Amino acid sequence: MSAIYTVWFRSVLKYVRSKSRIIGSLGMPFFFLVIMGFGLNRSVQAPITGVEYIDFIAAGIVSMSVLFASMFSGVQLVIDKQFGFLKETLVAPVSRLQLMIGQTLGGATTAMLQGMLVFFISFLVGVKMPGIGGIFIGMGFMFLIGMAFTAVGISFASRMEDTQGFQLIVNFIIFPLFFLSGALFPLKGLPDWLLFFTRLDPLTYGVAGVRYGMLGSSQIPPMTSFAVLGSFAAAMILLGAFLFRKIKL
Amino acid sequence: MNVVVVENLRKEFDEIVAVDSISFAIQKGEIFGFLGPNGAGKTTTLDMLATLLTPTSGKALVNEHDVRTQQADVRKSIGVVFQDSTLDDELTAYENMDFHGRLYGMPKNARRKRIDELLDMVELDRRKRDLVKTFSGGMKRRLEIARGLLHEPGILFLDEPTLGLDPQTRNRLWDYIKELNTQKNVSIILTTHYMDEANALSDRVAIIDQGKIIASGTPDELKRGIGGNIIRIHSSELEKSRKKLVAIEWVMNVEQHNEHLDIAVENPEKRVPELIGMLHSAEIPVNALMIQTPTLEDVFLHFTGKTIREREAGAKDRMRMRKKRSGR
Repeated sequence: MSAIYTVWFRSVLKYVRSKSRIIGSLGMPFFFLVIMGFGLNRSVQAPITGVEYIDFIAAGIVSMSVLFASMFSGVQLVIDKQFGFLKETLVAPVSRLQLMIGQTLGGATTAMLQGMLVFFISFLVGVKMPGIGGIFIGMGFMFLIGMAFTAVGISFASRMEDTQGFQLIVNFIIFPLFFLSGALFPLKGLPDWLLFFTRLDPLTYGVAGVRYGMLGSSQIPPMTSFAVLGSFAAAMILLGAFLFRKIKL
Repeated sequence: MNVVVVENLRKEFDEIVAVDSISFAIQKGEIFGFLGPNGAGKTTTLDMLATLLTPTSGKALVNEHDVRTQQADVRKSIGVVFQDSTLDDELTAYENMDFHGRLYGMPKNARRKRIDELLDMVELDRRKRDLVKTFSGGMKRRLEIARGLLHEPGILFLDEPTLGLDPQTRNRLWDYIKELNTQKNVSIILTTHYMDEANALSDRVAIIDQGKIIASGTPDELKRGIGGNIIRIHSSELEKSRKKLVAIEWVMNVEQHNEHLDIAVENPEKRVPELIGMLHSAEIPVNALMIQTPTLEDVFLHFTGKTIREREAGAKDRMRMRKKRSGR
């Protein structure tokens, strides 16, 4: 247990300390929210009555920042490999499973913190504030998205030798995940082929969950979202743990 | 008592034999030096003892725990300082230590107390709140040594501890290592390709080349083993002095060369005055005199027919080939 906490603590400590990275990674969600949100607010009808488009995409943008932060948190593992710190942890008398779980929890926590920052920024620009219950539901789903995609990031990182390669691969899969997730548009009325891919995208269920928290309503029932995203997260953690175990120095 | 016992340990990578069935034992409290060129198999051996690599065959016990079957016990009982830095540059010295102490399950109070004690020992206590990225190479190495000792291991592994450090830092690091060994009674196994380092630090040395241990013993034993110390004199009357010298009981051997004589003796420093006096009274002129002490480099040369440097050139090529093949 203490090993998991130790690894988790290091991730969080490094995140909190990296002020420029935190602020830098707020840029894209901010512009998406403001430009897309206000730009399309008049012309796009949100599928939920009494909800404006900017309220609708706020949940999508929050999920996006969680997705980005969690996937890219895997880069730490590549850096630890490159600069030797990984050896220090691997030679310690703790199991690799503990190390991997600590790393995943750490990535998920920092991704959730990043999501919360975007969450609060969205209120500053005028998005409706949910009740306290809704905030907790939103945070729960943010954490699940974080767990799932940190595990994906760790899986890739386990096999990668350099940070550039890692970033290329992650960029390659992160954008389809984001655009297909219904973060920016309602699922209702999509062409069947597009709906098919949207339903395959695990992030769709994360976005729906966060949206349920923020708006009290979503197009996918929250229990379904929870079940699908939870299973996906569990599967990715298993995959990540498996690949992490096989890391060779 | 032996802290490390290795029997017929072997490691193969693809078709290359990195460590070729070596056997040795390390006694409690000693500094054991592994001397050999780069690519000789020193780090591979250390990695196997630290449970980071699985041996292809053979047996190794560290603090009486088997490196194959009792990995957690082995890891708990050793401290490792790797050849390249394994510090987190973005954390402070204290945080690096603290991370280590927590991973090894040290309780809070003991951890804090010992971190302060060790940082004090390596003279980094005033820098403990600074990020490691602001440290010099020597400071980083000292911090790593302190960290390796945090969980009170019975044995410390040092892989090329002074590689890339300037001579001054190197000498100070040697002092630390010796101090550690005597004051804290930590057994130390170190690898090095510097023969002066092996000579200065080790109680016993194993010379390793191409995966095999070719000689082992105390540095003195090894050097004596290849012919001992030599007093070399230059004189115009070599023949006459040779006759005089072979009659002396403490002279073990005399070799006559074109312009000088090589006289094999033990403790040459102590024999020089006597020798000079004797030649003087026999009215033999001595133009020059020098004491030739064999070094571990000579020992290596004696057993392999090559100097360490010559070996390294070849070994680097082999390593490069291997990396290419395995795609790394």
